[in-house]
Amino acid sequence: MAGRRPIIEIRNVDKYFGEFQALNDVSLTIHAGERVVICGPSGSGKSTLLRCINRLEEPSAGRLTVDGIELTGAKDTLRRVRTEVGMVFQQFNLFPHLTVLENLTLGPMRVRRISRSEATERARKYLDRVHIPEQAEKYPSELSGGQQQRVAIARSLCMEPRIMLFDEPTSALDPEMINEVLDVMVELAGSGMTMVCVTHEMGFARKVADTMVFMDEGEIVESSPPDAFFSRPSSKRCRQFLDRILEH
Amino acid sequence: MPELVKTRAIPVVLYLIVMYLLVRVSLTGAEAMGYNWQWYRIPDYLFRLTDDGFQWGEISLGLVTTLTLSLQAFLIALAAGLIVALLRLSDLVVGSALAVAFLEFVRNMPLLVLLYLFYYVLGPIFGLDRYAASVLCLGIYHAALVSEIFRAGIQAVSTGQWEAARSIGLSTGQAYRFVVLPQSIKFMLPPMAGEAVHIVKSSAIVSVIAVVELTTTGRNIIADTYLSFEVWFTVAAVYLAITLTLSIFVTFLEKRYAVKS
Ligand SMILES: Nc1ncnc2c1ncn2[C@@H]1O[C@H](COP(=O)(O)OP(=O)(O)OP(=O)(O)O)[C@@H](O)[C@H]1O
Ligand SMILES: [Mg+2]
Repeated sequence: MAGRRPIIEIRNVDKYFGEFQALNDVSLTIHAGERVVICGPSGSGKSTLLRCINRLEEPSAGRLTVDGIELTGAKDTLRRVRTEVGMVFQQFNLFPHLTVLENLTLGPMRVRRISRSEATERARKYLDRVHIPEQAEKYPSELSGGQQQRVAIARSLCMEPRIMLFDEPTSALDPEMINEVLDVMVELAGSGMTMVCVTHEMGFARKVADTMVFMDEGEIVESSPPDAFFSRPSSKRCRQFLDRILEH
Repeated sequence: MPELVKTRAIPVVLYLIVMYLLVRVSLTGAEAMGYNWQWYRIPDYLFRLTDDGFQWGEISLGLVTTLTLSLQAFLIALAAGLIVALLRLSDLVVGSALAVAFLEFVRNMPLLVLLYLFYYVLGPIFGLDRYAASVLCLGIYHAALVSEIFRAGIQAVSTGQWEAARSIGLSTGQAYRFVVLPQSIKFMLPPMAGEAVHIVKSSAIVSVIAVVELTTTGRNIIADTYLSFEVWFTVAAVYLAITLTLSIFVTFLEKRYAVKS
């Protein structure tokens, strides 16, 4: 990624929940177009780090810059950043009272302030992109898990963000639906989107990652290109973790 | 409609049995007292057909006042209750402290005392007549209860919905309006309906400051005619008719919302 512009800069970020330290002096630079895959044991702070990037959590200390905007508490920078950063959740979090189409047009119409017809056109484009153009009029509860997660990805894409965050997007899915979601993510990676994915799908990671990050106990223990990461991880903790998740 | 009947059949039957026993007891009691029943005089208080044509009677007019009073108070309770709930849930320290103070004040005050406060204290200061004081008092009293219903309904929506709303850039207000409140409606509808019934019932208290609604009308008629049994039976039946109608309407609403989401 040499020579590319840094788009996310995380500098010495700490995050405390009460006494408990969930992030410990985390620093990471992500460049435009880079695909980063974060893994690590449960409770290691992966979600917390992602959530700090779009300010669903507020860091206790340190600096975070997204697309040149320094994240402070100020409301307007916050909303500007959130429109540039899409997020996909483990539990999909679709709006159950709205149809698929309404889920997709809400943000563009209310935040980007584009017209309904333009938003609808855009929504249909991204539904196509995630391979479910025929589900537009349904409610989320009428879709399978894999379809719901693809709708959630399309909902984020409709804001036309520059960065996409994925927090274990396939962990809540039945095994036969995991690939349909990963396929969409691979295609997205091919389009040049900056992506930060928390996932334990190592096949996917090998395919798309430019950088692998391993976290443990709130720290970034290892950060390296996938080749090096998988063949010769430098820390013992990382090697043990990989052995455990790769053994089957 | 058949389902509505099915789910309500048992309570309705029980209710009819209880009513039957009550009526029997009062009838025997009245007989023992040598009470002189004059039911034939009651219809005149509902409506009259005179030479001048059709005329509503006092009880019907009282009913209309009870309904308008309750409706206006309920609207105030909804508006004020929503504001209090939002303040309570906001991260404004002063806002949520104010909301809690309001809740504690109202919840620990007998409704009657609150009514006297509104009528005898705030009334002269702000130039409220007895009707306005009554509407405001009932509205404020029920705002406290309504705000708790709003709060519970809002909190019943999962935090994931908030996060999804925020992550697409919606402001807090937009998240409430487009994502959270529409989903809380189905949690809030049943208790809100209960509050509507409650407000109709507690509106009877304004008879102590002589607002001429259903209960006051009943008292006035009795003062003139001594028809206490007939009049109170009639007034009770009218209250029941209102509250039962409301309950049935709400069951219907619940069904519709349940289908939608
Ligand atoms: N809102 C919160 N309040 C208190 N503690 C929290 C909160 N959010 C996270 N934590 C704690 O911070 C630690 C890191 O949580 P985080 O969700 O970031 O872990 P994770 O790496 O995403 O784990 P998982 O793989 O289970 O999702 C955990 O120990 C968790 O209990
Ligand atoms: Mg997590």
